[in-house]
Amino acid sequence: MVCIVLLMSIGHALLGLLEGGPRHGYDLKRAYDERFGQDRPLHYGQVYSTLSRLLKNGLVSEAGVEAGDGPERKRYAITDAGVTDVERWLGTPEKPEPYLQNTLYAKVVLALLSGRSATEVLDTQRAAHLRAMRDLTRRKVDGDLADQLICDFALFHLEADLRWLELTAARLDALAEEVAR
Amino acid sequence: MTTLLSAEGLHKSFGKTSALDGAGIAIREGEVVAIMGPSGSGKSTLLHCLAGILPPDSGTVTYRGQDLTAMTDNARSELRRTEFGFVFQFGQLVPELTCLENVALPLRLSGMKRKDAERASRDWMERLEVDTVADQRPGETSGGQGQRVAVARALVTAPKVVFADEPTGALDSLNGERVMHLLTTAARETGAAVVLVTHEARVAAYSDREVVVRDGRSRDVEFVR
Repeated sequence: MVCIVLLMSIGHALLGLLEGGPRHGYDLKRAYDERFGQDRPLHYGQVYSTLSRLLKNGLVSEAGVEAGDGPERKRYAITDAGVTDVERWLGTPEKPEPYLQNTLYAKVVLALLSGRSATEVLDTQRAAHLRAMRDLTRRKVDGDLADQLICDFALFHLEADLRWLELTAARLDALAEEVAR
Repeated sequence: MTTLLSAEGLHKSFGKTSALDGAGIAIREGEVVAIMGPSGSGKSTLLHCLAGILPPDSGTVTYRGQDLTAMTDNARSELRRTEFGFVFQFGQLVPELTCLENVALPLRLSGMKRKDAERASRDWMERLEVDTVADQRPGETSGGQGQRVAVARALVTAPKVVFADEPTGALDSLNGERVMHLLTTAARETGAAVVLVTHEARVAAYSDREVVVRDGRSRDVEFVR
């Protein structure tokens, strides 16, 4: 199964989840894993270290202790500063990544410079990309709407790579001439 | 898995333009194969030769041990009607007929009684989630519905191979995905092989493997099964 890396601030995600009401660490981890964890569930250590950072920065506060069957569990609540922080985060666009210094481009150029087959490099990559896309498509077909949206995000990015691979394959002769100069 | 349909050394030119230059391919029973490649690479010509629609200038196309290129036109037409199903990008439904009559058409052409043909067609229209437009004409349906009606028509004869040439080319992403999901699911359930020509990687990702055509020559990029 393809691993989907959610490039997201865990702190902001936890703050966002706390906007629904105070929770303890275990509950937060469960909520995070259910919504965003997919193949990468949070470690307990990550949850507690993030919560202690948020606490130190005044974005969450302790909201009592929950008694249960096991050990007592501290509950956390979002503060006004925390709400402001979530609002700022949601309203700030993520930096679009231009991927200018691409490894694939370097591989193609180095293959051409060394007299190796750049077509082979492109085709090998193409097969790997399509294999990943098939895995995602199967996962999407079997999954719920959240799975579909997450997989679609990855699929559109992989498709963009594939279009570049195809275009580069069509321009290899011209590129070979240019790198030979 | 047994090879169902294969082509070797296909050459095909249109005037002075060479479309296929020694292409070959093997399709196994029940697999979904995507033929990809840049515009003008010869991928649609390869599909048309495989389906017996276009005769190659040289080379052979073999379906279950029979050489398609050596058959008479009538025998090839009969084969296409009974063993193959087709889905194209545009203009494949008869505008004067209702969607139900369109789906039933290949069965009627094979001599099935109207009542039986329409019953079988309704079942397929339900599976493709277009039973609600059964009594409408193709012009009264959306693009996605029209393509799903075309898929129902391609599958109603229980073909061994479905040829799909850019079946989602005129659809938006969501409708395209729905058509691909329903087409490949139905084909896998019935054991039909699908030969899919597409330039979209997200569409090709519904296949089991990919064959790339460049400059009229084909190349297996990956075998999954």
